[in-house]
Amino acid sequence: MRSVTGKPSKFDAFVDKLKKESPIHISKRVDMPAWKQWLIRLAAIVVALFICAIITVSEGGDFGGFFVQLGNANFMQLRNFIVLLQETAILLLIALAITPAFKMKFWNIGAEGQVLMGGLMCATCMFYLGGKMSNSALIVVMLIASIAGGAIWAVIPALFKAKWNTNETLFTLMLNYIAMGLISFVLTIWVRSGSGVLGVLRYGQFPRIGNQPYVLNIIIVAIITVLIWIYLRFSKHGYELSVVGESINTAKYIGISVPKVIIRTMLLSGALCGIAGWLLVGGTSYSITTNTAGGRGFTAILISWLGHFEPISMVVFSLIAAFLSKGASQVALTYHLSGSFPEIITSIFFFAIIACEFFNNYKVKFNFAHFKKSKEQGGEATTAVISDSEREDGEKGIEDTAEEHIEQPTSEGAALEGKDLEGEVTE
Amino acid sequence: MFWTFLSRSIRFSTIFLYGSTGEIITEKSGHLNLGVPGVMCIGAVGGCLGINAYLKTLGSAADMSAFGVVIIGILCALLAGALAGLLFSFFTVTLRCNQNVTGLTLTTFGAAFMKFMLGDLENSSSVVNLGTASRAFTQSMLPSEPSNWFEQLFLSYGVLVYLAIAIAIAAAIILKRTRTGLNLRAVGENPATADAAGISVGKYRYLSTILGCAIAALGGLFYIMDSLGGALEFTVDAYGWMAVALVIFSIWKPNWAILGSILFGALYIAPNYLLNLSFSEKEIIKLLPYIVTVLVLIITSIFGKRSVQPPAALGTTYFREER
Repeated sequence: MRSVTGKPSKFDAFVDKLKKESPIHISKRVDMPAWKQWLIRLAAIVVALFICAIITVSEGGDFGGFFVQLGNANFMQLRNFIVLLQETAILLLIALAITPAFKMKFWNIGAEGQVLMGGLMCATCMFYLGGKMSNSALIVVMLIASIAGGAIWAVIPALFKAKWNTNETLFTLMLNYIAMGLISFVLTIWVRSGSGVLGVLRYGQFPRIGNQPYVLNIIIVAIITVLIWIYLRFSKHGYELSVVGESINTAKYIGISVPKVIIRTMLLSGALCGIAGWLLVGGTSYSITTNTAGGRGFTAILISWLGHFEPISMVVFSLIAAFLSKGASQVALTYHLSGSFPEIITSIFFFAIIACEFFNNYKVKFNFAHFKKSKEQGGEATTAVISDSEREDGEKGIEDTAEEHIEQPTSEGAALEGKDLEGEVTE
Repeated sequence: MFWTFLSRSIRFSTIFLYGSTGEIITEKSGHLNLGVPGVMCIGAVGGCLGINAYLKTLGSAADMSAFGVVIIGILCALLAGALAGLLFSFFTVTLRCNQNVTGLTLTTFGAAFMKFMLGDLENSSSVVNLGTASRAFTQSMLPSEPSNWFEQLFLSYGVLVYLAIAIAIAAAIILKRTRTGLNLRAVGENPATADAAGISVGKYRYLSTILGCAIAALGGLFYIMDSLGGALEFTVDAYGWMAVALVIFSIWKPNWAILGSILFGALYIAPNYLLNLSFSEKEIIKLLPYIVTVLVLIITSIFGKRSVQPPAALGTTYFREER
């Protein structure tokens, strides 16, 4: 930031001094090509897998065996592979459902509850209407009921957000628990024995394709993925919701009705969650428990955010998450580890991916002059904890520093773009 | 009957109070830590493993000193919570990651970590040890059963209950009356201005998150050692979410959180005290705490005065060079 006359001002001198003193300098990065970003993410995944393998070894497992089990659990048989795709499909569908809301900066963490309500409506149809109509008609009724269930559960917080700006994060969170409570309540009525466990419902099960279950689920999600991609990218609605997410004031000035967009988007979001519930109950378990969504609503949030709200990236992340979770259950079985091992593996994977986003969004520069100076003064240099990839990054940064001491100012537009990538909460 | 119910509610409320006091301190710095449920689980792990290790070095649980067990439990839980807070703030302050996403991951991790670490203890002699150790936590000042309502209501609790209330009151005073509290609130309202005034945003956010997580971690310890009497149950995260909701209920004031948590505690244990209920009716009553939270959310948003609003910078990462 040079002054207009070209001479270094007092302010510049101050900035120079600051830069000399601080050993690490961090600045925004906006020019990272996509392939480099994916390379960094790949490095993060490798690091995460490595950590997980070490945990397995420390618990009495075998280092190579960890990777073999991961692969075996997912690709050994056709059935395993279909289960992997099915798990991916459900995760992806919920992530897709959350994405329009997140793009609008509506922090819907109630996908879990919306899926459960969709599933509950679906199970209700199967329970009461089963055998009274043809199976295909029943499946259609189940779909409609599920969509209604999910959409209603999502639109309640949206109405309050639109009217009174009620905090949606906690509202949707509470609705999760209310949905679970409703399911427990319904189960006490349906199951006379009081065990609270509903057996497999006979009517309304999805037809098998090629004598394999779940194939229909996978096809349905594939179609929805394409539709959502088109919706977000090319439709007027998709444009409007991203404007609302970027700046509510801009949206108002260009004549977008913000409450309308919020309610419409949440209806869509809830409807998709309802479909996920329909697939889980009608096409997967043919029954319902409070654990039918099984934390997928939360995992999907991470997938949606890490995929930068891009359906294609989300496919990749949900595939990896499903792969790890399935593989890790196999590892846990083989080495007699706790049943929560898959969740630990998945969360380590997510921690690694979240951390690596830092290197996609920021540039780190090390100031060698500082280290030399402090060594002379008796080694007061602060040692920062640096991961491998950071060091890699830092070396690139140092070359830059050698050429030019002062950071190039980023343009306004570029800074905004970087902000978009980061997906911060404003308002 | 009524006094018993009230004193049980106060005792049960402690788990919420630790979580929400910790979260209020964290949120005042502008950090929305959705990892609190996970942190409470991690605190329970730290406390239980610490106590277990202490009892193992002693040889037999009969030799333990009540004071030693309590101190070691509290210190280990604090340490475990502080480490979790350090992890969270490293991600959100140093690496500038999204707080919602980091928090949710921390919650998933914490809940799984608890099952992973404590699951081994469940079927061993350690459970017996923890049961013995829990007596040190539940020990009240009274030599025998409380004889009147005063003793029942004020003197019948273990040490962690009083500690929770003391911490909440101290936090309320520090936030409201001291310069440190003022600086912390400034960081949460407008980090750029605070930075310009010479307050280190990063330092305040790091410290408040670590402190908040350490306090929240005691909630997990309390649940296992006091509420359950040393039995292992892995449902801490559900209470953690209630603690997060309680922060809004108490409009970011630790002193209000004391009353709020007692109300939540009462709602939680109410089904056990209402006789002649069918299973279905009990399930409906169990929904009450969540419904009340939703109602409070709605009411505070409708009649939202400035004083009941969240810290303005809540949930945002601060980057000095950002315009």
